[in-house]
Amino acid sequence: MKFLSEYRDGDLAKRLLDEIASVVTKPWSIMEVCGGQTHSLVKHGILDLLPSEVNMIHGPGCPVCVTPVHLIDKAIHLAEEKGVILCSYGDMLRVPGAKKSLLDSKASGADIRILYSPLEAVEIARSNPDKEVVFFAVGFETTAPANAMSVLQAEAAGVSNYSILTSHVLVPPAIEAVMNDEECNIDAFLAAGHVCTIMGISEYEPLVTNYKMPIVVTGFEPIDLLQGILMVVKQLESGSTDLENQYSRVVRTEGNLKAIEMINKVFEIQDRVWRGIGNIPESGYEINAKYAAYDANIKFDVDIPDSPENEECIAGQVLKGIKKPKDCPQFGKKCKPEFPLGAPMVSSEGACAAYYHFSQAAQAV
Amino acid sequence: MQLSCPMPKLDFDKITLGHGGGGTLSNRLLEKTVFELLGNDLLDKHHDGAIFDWNEKTAFSTDSFVISPIFFPGGNIGELAINGTVNDLAMCGAKPRYLSLSFIIEEGLLMEEFWRILVSIKEACVAAGVKIITGDTKVVEHGKGDKIFINTTGIGSILPKANINIDNVEEGDAVIVSDVVASHGIAIMSVRKGLEFESDILSDTRPLNSAVDSLISKFGSDIHLLKDPTRGGLASVLNEIARDSSLGIHLEEKNIPIAEQVKAACEILGLDPLYVANEGIFITIVKQSVAEAVVEHLQEQDYCKNASIIGHVVSDHPKQVVIKSAIGGKRIVNMLVGQQLPRIC
Repeated sequence: MKFLSEYRDGDLAKRLLDEIASVVTKPWSIMEVCGGQTHSLVKHGILDLLPSEVNMIHGPGCPVCVTPVHLIDKAIHLAEEKGVILCSYGDMLRVPGAKKSLLDSKASGADIRILYSPLEAVEIARSNPDKEVVFFAVGFETTAPANAMSVLQAEAAGVSNYSILTSHVLVPPAIEAVMNDEECNIDAFLAAGHVCTIMGISEYEPLVTNYKMPIVVTGFEPIDLLQGILMVVKQLESGSTDLENQYSRVVRTEGNLKAIEMINKVFEIQDRVWRGIGNIPESGYEINAKYAAYDANIKFDVDIPDSPENEECIAGQVLKGIKKPKDCPQFGKKCKPEFPLGAPMVSSEGACAAYYHFSQAAQAV
Repeated sequence: MQLSCPMPKLDFDKITLGHGGGGTLSNRLLEKTVFELLGNDLLDKHHDGAIFDWNEKTAFSTDSFVISPIFFPGGNIGELAINGTVNDLAMCGAKPRYLSLSFIIEEGLLMEEFWRILVSIKEACVAAGVKIITGDTKVVEHGKGDKIFINTTGIGSILPKANINIDNVEEGDAVIVSDVVASHGIAIMSVRKGLEFESDILSDTRPLNSAVDSLISKFGSDIHLLKDPTRGGLASVLNEIARDSSLGIHLEEKNIPIAEQVKAACEILGLDPLYVANEGIFITIVKQSVAEAVVEHLQEQDYCKNASIIGHVVSDHPKQVVIKSAIGGKRIVNMLVGQQLPRIC
């Protein structure tokens, strides 16, 4: 695993940190969009090593966190009341719905299974022809190709007892929403490397041009992040506003054309409600009319009302980078991973979880 | 061993409720399998309990084993049940001697599987130098168990030079781990339904009593504490030590030994190796002056080839475990909350 140790090299990290410190002259607020980047920054202790001028703001890139409460409630309802085998990625399970989480529901007997890939869910559907199997298709552009592929495979194999409950969100509209939000004071963005692996980087051109803010497509390892931060700081200090790609060992300019083709075949772009943030126009994927038979929303006509967020939870402001987890009065008090008030405390990409698990701030309360 | 232990000819191929009923069927099962394989002077009395002389400073420990799947890369529930209690006794600074062995079997378990489990129990007992001296077998209806649950309880004699006590832990002590971490949990994960992936990662289930015995013989009371980081992994055990000693623990991430394949699997699955279960390693807190010698000595013992000093006991941050990352940043290592769940992407 040389690939990993190279990107966690202490000497190289120190050189990059020194260079950032030598370049920076005034305070800058930089948003890392993806929750995976937030976790890496906190887990490796990078935030404390950066010069005080560099203020990292954590972005909305946690798909689990922005999945609306009513969709979680719907998934629970399907598993408990409709007798479906509900399959999900692991980190969706602890996220609180209106009354309970999928993990609670599983504990009380619902057939909820943790999978790594929706393709396994198609297999489960194939081997349980008398049951309906639903995959909770949560994610950004990163997981969309696999979810689309599962629908195409189910169709090809004639598996009709399979459908997906879609909660797909898109990164560029979210960045634009943050740029437009008057409360947000962000100077530049680190875009999520893995999303760009699928989609390429051209989607970010208009954002850079229209909003005059640097965007650097960045990876997730400590060296990636430090290099991305250095590239952004250099731009900010010199007054340039360019789209750059730090993660070029993985991200091609045009993205993964096959994956994009698959997404376009099965999904269409629609408006979407983001938990804690609200409606963002054209910010999500839904299954298109041709594949409606695989849309759990259509297959199971269940109307679940959306429940209000817990009033004490400031997840929306955390997701938009207006507040940091430790600014929340309930952080580490009423809200802990064992009994979360909101999703960011339990998602593996949630900013609150990152702070709680890894940082001194959690211990101070 | 399996070659020399062919399964006896039996007129049934599955365990049924009757095998736990205490009558003829139970007796036939026990005589042809358990007593045949595990017999010794004390067990052979077939009494309600074992009767023996004992007049020593004693360690006493119990553990239940409910693992799924029951056969996994590198082992099965049988040897796990023996090694688990053997290691708990070793962590007390004891020489494990006698174990009880209780089965709760779900109706329908294949005799062939039960036999394989018993054979590995025997092998583990021989390896650890312990005897099974009493036991029990119950059978529950299909659907009311998960193939087989095993409980073992053991007693051991405290080694003459041992002085294992959380109160002995003091500022400056070295924290040593006996071998690579996280192998067991990842091996189990690799065969768990829905999460399977191809690897040759094996569970590290194995007895640690021989290594502990030689460690205590050589270093005596300079070995302040022994703990095996099973469920909850390294992080949870170190947090327990910090909490119970009211001292802090400082770790160096780069010094924690982990197999490359295990590290890679953890990255892919989104799991933190510090929280992944182990079955065949221990943590020892030792006086700083002997730390290097302890590591050198351990590296010559069975199952401790990668022993290394991973940190120190400090007074800076009482009751907290803090790790210095490979790039020099610091973070808190908390106790595991619930279980680790694989992440989305």
